Amino acid sequence: MERFAALLDALLLTPSRNGKLELIARYLRESPDPDRGWALAALTSAVDFPAIKAGTVRTLMASRVDPVLWTLSRDFVGDTAETASLLWPEPEQPQKDPPPTLGEVVDILSQSTRGSAPIVLAGLLDRLDAQGRYALIKFATGALRIGISARLAKVAFAQAFAVPVDEVEEYWHGQQPPYSDLFAWAAGSAPPPRTDLLPLFRPFMLAHPLEKETIDLADYVAEWKWDGIRVQLVHVGGQTRVYSRGGDDISASFPEIAGALHLPAVLDGELLIRGSAQGGEAGGAASFNALQQRLGRKAVSKTLLAEAPAFVRLYDLLILNGEDLRELPWSQRRTRLEELLPHLDPARFDLSRTIDAKDMDALAEIRAGARDAAIEGVMLKHRQSPYVAGRRTGLWYKWKREPLLIDCVLMYAQRGSGKRSSFYSDFTFGCWNGDPDAGAELLPVGKAYFGFTDEELRFLDRHVRQHTVAKYGPVRETDRSLVFEVAFDSVHLSKRHKSGVAMRFPRIHRIRQDKPAHEADRLETLRAMVT
Amino acid sequence: MRQYMPGCFTWIKADPMGIRIVPADAWIDPARPVARALVTHGHADHARGGHGQTVATAETLAIMGVRYGVAEGALSAPYHEPISIGGGVLATFLPAGHVLGSAQILLEHAGERVIVTGDYKRSSDPTCQPFAVTSCDLFITEATFGLPVFRHPPIGTEITKLLDARASNPDRCVLVGAYALGKAQRIIAELRAAGWHEPIYLHGAMEPMCRLYESLGIPLGDLRSIAGVPKTELAGAIVICPPSALTDRWSRRLPDPLTAMASGWMGVRQRVRQRGVELPLVISDHADWNELTTTIADVNPAETWITHGREDALLRWCELHQRKARALALTGYDDEDD
Repeated sequence: MERFAALLDALLLTPSRNGKLELIARYLRESPDPDRGWALAALTSAVDFPAIKAGTVRTLMASRVDPVLWTLSRDFVGDTAETASLLWPEPEQPQKDPPPTLGEVVDILSQSTRGSAPIVLAGLLDRLDAQGRYALIKFATGALRIGISARLAKVAFAQAFAVPVDEVEEYWHGQQPPYSDLFAWAAGSAPPPRTDLLPLFRPFMLAHPLEKETIDLADYVAEWKWDGIRVQLVHVGGQTRVYSRGGDDISASFPEIAGALHLPAVLDGELLIRGSAQGGEAGGAASFNALQQRLGRKAVSKTLLAEAPAFVRLYDLLILNGEDLRELPWSQRRTRLEELLPHLDPARFDLSRTIDAKDMDALAEIRAGARDAAIEGVMLKHRQSPYVAGRRTGLWYKWKREPLLIDCVLMYAQRGSGKRSSFYSDFTFGCWNGDPDAGAELLPVGKAYFGFTDEELRFLDRHVRQHTVAKYGPVRETDRSLVFEVAFDSVHLSKRHKSGVAMRFPRIHRIRQDKPAHEADRLETLRAMVT
Repeated sequence: MRQYMPGCFTWIKADPMGIRIVPADAWIDPARPVARALVTHGHADHARGGHGQTVATAETLAIMGVRYGVAEGALSAPYHEPISIGGGVLATFLPAGHVLGSAQILLEHAGERVIVTGDYKRSSDPTCQPFAVTSCDLFITEATFGLPVFRHPPIGTEITKLLDARASNPDRCVLVGAYALGKAQRIIAELRAAGWHEPIYLHGAMEPMCRLYESLGIPLGDLRSIAGVPKTELAGAIVICPPSALTDRWSRRLPDPLTAMASGWMGVRQRVRQRGVELPLVISDHADWNELTTTIADVNPAETWITHGREDALLRWCELHQRKARALALTGYDDEDD
């Protein structure tokens, strides 16, 4: 626990991403099992002790410390775990038990009940110093909030053992803390965990924005870029999972989709809501707004299922009947997908059709004419492209429609004024100044305070409060986990901003809960749009 | 506990500008120039220039001399020697353990004993005399770190952290932000006591006070001005600068400095993040919560007044321990860098 506690504090004081990666990697290499696995689980928010809540800590402290002194201290410190760690009355007798290991903490806490939790926690707190107490409370309540994303932890894991991060992503899903098999594989002492028997997530293939590249439609196929959320459907051994862009299991939010796939397959597509915002030949889809109400739900009412039924417009086929098709060229996968389609429920699945255009000029005309709210632009996929994780130059391009759009990460939020004075409603967002997996940092590129509905504002305010890592007067710094699609009229070079660019009329076009922060756009993308 | 009599201490007034000793027409640590000021110690928020007469310890007067030039009509007050300040008031300066020359001031009048602590601490400091526990009827205490979350660790552990950070970063220098008066010299003296005898480099603003300490008999070892020293010579060195210089362009002359901040506020993570330092050192010249409460219990006054800092919590502690107390609203004291 002391080593983990020191890691947390070191991460807090290390601003650079590379520094954080190195700290985590070193910890993972040098710490024993199962402690390092539990630490990894804590960093990726995979630790949950149902018996321990934030309230458990408050109840415990109320029994040990005067409530007035507690409140004054809590107000000054600004963090319950830290206040408790500092105020905890240390036992007068030296403890017979040494500080607990993380593994021991897990054993003890997972056996506790709501009733016994305060006593159990007190026993552990007595064995630690202030730094250890802070880490213990953060670990036990499952809320580290130290600005480390799950992605960063995975990159650090890959770095620690010199294994490819895509493989880590692939094997990660399906493993449970403390990830013993994963560590054994990474250290080279065991084969990779089996992924073919479980409904696991496979990393998505992504597209580069199309800039000045010359595209020959003899080599590339054009397809609409639909405005829903990208999903992966996995069916194995009678189980189906729906995964979001970030690999989160969203099956519970879309039971009609999860229940509609009965073939052993892994499919890539766009999740959309039925509607009349546009008339596709295989049934219309509503605009993205209709999808918003379906996102982030643990359970869906029958009414909602009837009012806003979901379906998936299929883009690709990764695995069928245990056969991994990802190495095949796109054209062959497309043929297999088309052959598969008649076997799927037409109410829940259709095919993302390709666009016929003789050349790029013709395609530009078609793209400009598509005023459909569910169309974001055009995808260009190399006919020979295998299905590879992440963005690979020259394989897939996205050619978005006007206005200019860019995906940014929320960095800071400030309270508004007037009727918004209780809301965090002014948002500063940033882009990566390079490859986020290679040490890039986020640089602020703009600030926006409109473009969202009142309901979205309530969501944003809640997000900011729950993801605060630091407060500076009226400004809160967030853990940089939320992606905004920012729309803007133009972008200009600016010496006044660290990023070197300034946007004109930026507004929050959409909240991309489905998109992980490291996939937000880079500064170079924004710079390329400079007029 | 001494018997408390209602209506006492009417000759002491708490004014937003400072503490006024009515019969002597004198002030303690006034925020504006006055005819006669008793000054507890040399920090700028307590010791201001321009008074008609300043009464302070010889060390405090010397410190004020460096800052404001030598004042006319200054009266030097040796520790433990009562001085008559007029109006039937006797003032005795007692060691406060805060910085060199710092004093509590014991005031005696009409059979009542009042102590004004100024700033103080109870933990050890090789650069100044330790706090003298003295009985009184009214104890007027500071409360800069008056919250139970403040428990300053022994300075030895913080000095070890500093030396360890230096040793594990041989290509960098460790840049320590510390108050120019008191904190800087205490850290240097503690480093020497811990066996660090290499040259310690000083930002220009630290030099006059370090020289003064040495001339007043506090040895600080090999101190060097950083001006003109090439970067390469500073790898592996310890450099001390004012807190404001940590993020200043000035620090660019140093080889990849590892920034440390020595302050009592560094015990709270959010404050560490605001400072943006890599190495927080919890070193304070103020009493922490345990010292504040222990001192009130040790001195055991009939009444306690709390001058500046986080008085709410200390007031609550007094209430919980059935001690009569009140908070004074004094302005002008600023201990953000301590």
